[in-house]
Amino acid sequence: MSAQEISAGTTASGTAASGTLEAARGLFRFATAGSVDDGKSTLVGRLLHDSKSVLVDQLEAVARTSAERGFGGDEGGLDLALLTDGLRAEREQGITIDVAYRYFSTAERSFILADCPGHVQYTRNMVTGAATADAVIVLIDARHGVLEQTRRHLSVVELLRVPNVIVAVNKIDLVDYSQQVFDDILGQLATITRELNLSGIHAIPVSALVGDNVVQRSEHTDWYQGPTLLELLESLPAIDELQAADDPFRLPVQYVLRPQGALAPSVAADPATADSLRDYRGYLGQISSGSISVGDAVELYPGGFKTTVTGIAIADKKVATAFAPQSVALELADQFDLARGAVIAAAGTLSEPVNNLSGELFWLDPRPLVAGQRLLLKTGTVTTQVIVSAIEGRRNLDTLAIDPADKLEINDIGHASLRLAAAVPIDDYAQNRRSGAFLLIHPQDGATLAAGIHTAQNDFAI
Amino acid sequence: MSNLTSSDASKASPNHLSLLDTLESEAIHIIREVVAEFERPVLLFSGGKDSVVVLHLAAKAFYPGKVPFPVLHVDTGHNFPEVIDFRDRTVDRLGLKLVVASVQDYIDRGILFERPDGTRNPLQTLPLLDAITEGKYDAVFGGARRDEDKARAKERIISLRDEFGQWDPRNQRPELWNLYNGRHLPGQHVRAFPISNWTELDIWRYIEREGIELPPLYLAHEREVYRRDGMWRAVGPVSMPEPNETVETRLVRYRTVGDMSCTGAVESHAVSIADVVIEVAASTLTERGATRADDRISEAAMEDRKKEGYF
Repeated sequence: MSAQEISAGTTASGTAASGTLEAARGLFRFATAGSVDDGKSTLVGRLLHDSKSVLVDQLEAVARTSAERGFGGDEGGLDLALLTDGLRAEREQGITIDVAYRYFSTAERSFILADCPGHVQYTRNMVTGAATADAVIVLIDARHGVLEQTRRHLSVVELLRVPNVIVAVNKIDLVDYSQQVFDDILGQLATITRELNLSGIHAIPVSALVGDNVVQRSEHTDWYQGPTLLELLESLPAIDELQAADDPFRLPVQYVLRPQGALAPSVAADPATADSLRDYRGYLGQISSGSISVGDAVELYPGGFKTTVTGIAIADKKVATAFAPQSVALELADQFDLARGAVIAAAGTLSEPVNNLSGELFWLDPRPLVAGQRLLLKTGTVTTQVIVSAIEGRRNLDTLAIDPADKLEINDIGHASLRLAAAVPIDDYAQNRRSGAFLLIHPQDGATLAAGIHTAQNDFAI
Repeated sequence: MSNLTSSDASKASPNHLSLLDTLESEAIHIIREVVAEFERPVLLFSGGKDSVVVLHLAAKAFYPGKVPFPVLHVDTGHNFPEVIDFRDRTVDRLGLKLVVASVQDYIDRGILFERPDGTRNPLQTLPLLDAITEGKYDAVFGGARRDEDKARAKERIISLRDEFGQWDPRNQRPELWNLYNGRHLPGQHVRAFPISNWTELDIWRYIEREGIELPPLYLAHEREVYRRDGMWRAVGPVSMPEPNETVETRLVRYRTVGDMSCTGAVESHAVSIADVVIEVAASTLTERGATRADDRISEAAMEDRKKEGYF
């Protein structure tokens, strides 16, 4: 397998990089996974530095600290990892503790980077970063090749259905820019991705320390024809761009707005407008998938009633059509007693509400999960009580096989079946990341215990 | 190895949100979640551009209804008069209730003491926490952004605070998908940051796009200033120059409008929001680095203040 096959190589997006069209530029969210040893902080620092996203005062602070610590000898080297070390404990211990968010933009796109530490609680941090990511960068040290940790990171990425995966083979300078080393790693990756059934992987040889193939093309890797890391980030499709036009419409209702008696002063000032709002009832929410137009037939959960959409507004602007992930106010032809937690869906598309649900759990709390526990489950805008019916097993992250287990401990990933106090219309996560995800919450102290994804094929009826 | 991206490209949705529309939708979703799930939300409103943007988003989120929560201002007593005037007009225009927590009051009552450097920003924490307790507010909206500071980069969108208002960065709830968990015990509250993911430039572009009114200080104007710590300080009752500091008249504007005693101006010719957008896009200094003396006290200044309940 060659580098070209595994890499994207194309710049697909046709977005114009025009100064005046800045506002039309889209947003791309990505996460980095890997440990300090892989040079992750340095890679992030390099990306920010070489894309000219670091401002003078930040750079001065880095230069000052680098000099104090004698980084790079007497040559005034910059320890770019310092750009991302946020908290005092992190600087003192030289580790990153919590997910940190960074922002930068190029002519093509604006980026949100979730920088996920690899050492402590890596599952928790990776799940946090990857859950909303359009792409995840997994780091490998070229000297060490694919490690157990790489396999685990790729497993989490696969389970969370991150649409784009970039493997940055770092420290390529320390193996003399050897194509053989890179090709060997590609071979190891091919085995894993086959085993994990992963697709859409792009591998790049980089040196974060020196800057090869991060933003600038390396002069030392003429055997690599693919894009640089930044070029790839600028061209991969964001998850909302991957939405199919025929994805079913879903609106989890956040809030029912009946503003009579509490109209905005600008609205109340006009008696005709105020009068027209006498029976106004707006269903507020963020569209989680698909699109909706005025006149479309919808069905409602709970109740299964059918009606049509008579109005769509984004704040004070009436629109004919809206789509995910826009926040809207919908008006319906008939009056129903809908409240927060209701779902408005394209007619005939709502999944059968389930009250026995099978889920993949990323367990994030020091207190273990065992069968029989009573917890809260939040999905969309619904929160309901659940009882853990059974722990079905724990993932072996090296093989993704499910081994028998009777409890899940912190950083474990496993399967459990849950009995719900009220049936909820939750989608299959594989079909919809937004409407197929849930949280498990401790009913007393409110801690977020687990990230859950609904795996519909394992559901069963009461 | 197949490429997932190319196989789906043919049926990709034609719908594509711009950066500002994506950020706006996310912020409105957060504001609606908080209003729906909490009993008594409140918005920290200083008249600064970030809190003005949050208030604008709240007005959009509940249109044609009015913003369904009051606003709270922690007044250091050192505010620019133009900002106070703007605050009152805005609250009036939107028909909101304004709660003021006054640092001056606390100093007059002998509960807080003036610092030797004259800065009152660090004194805001106690009046803020008292006002939250008194108002029984369980969710406090703020305009903090993660791009402002290294400590804020680790802040959650919905962030739990204990009875002492403390932020524990090592023990934060993971924040997953767009599912926010705001459950809390009696005495605890959450801080909610709907514009966490906006950068300074996003804010300015949004202000320009939406035609949002700001206090006039944000645009270039002539002012008597003197140079201190590499910043231009306004001459005023609480920010007098030392004898060795020369007062001159310069064309300046503010990038943040905090306490007069510690907020510096930058030289600027930006007389419209469009000019500001161009200026910010070309700027080489971070917003807080350029104009906030209180963040220069130490490398970890913001982290320390956040831990003790600052916003």
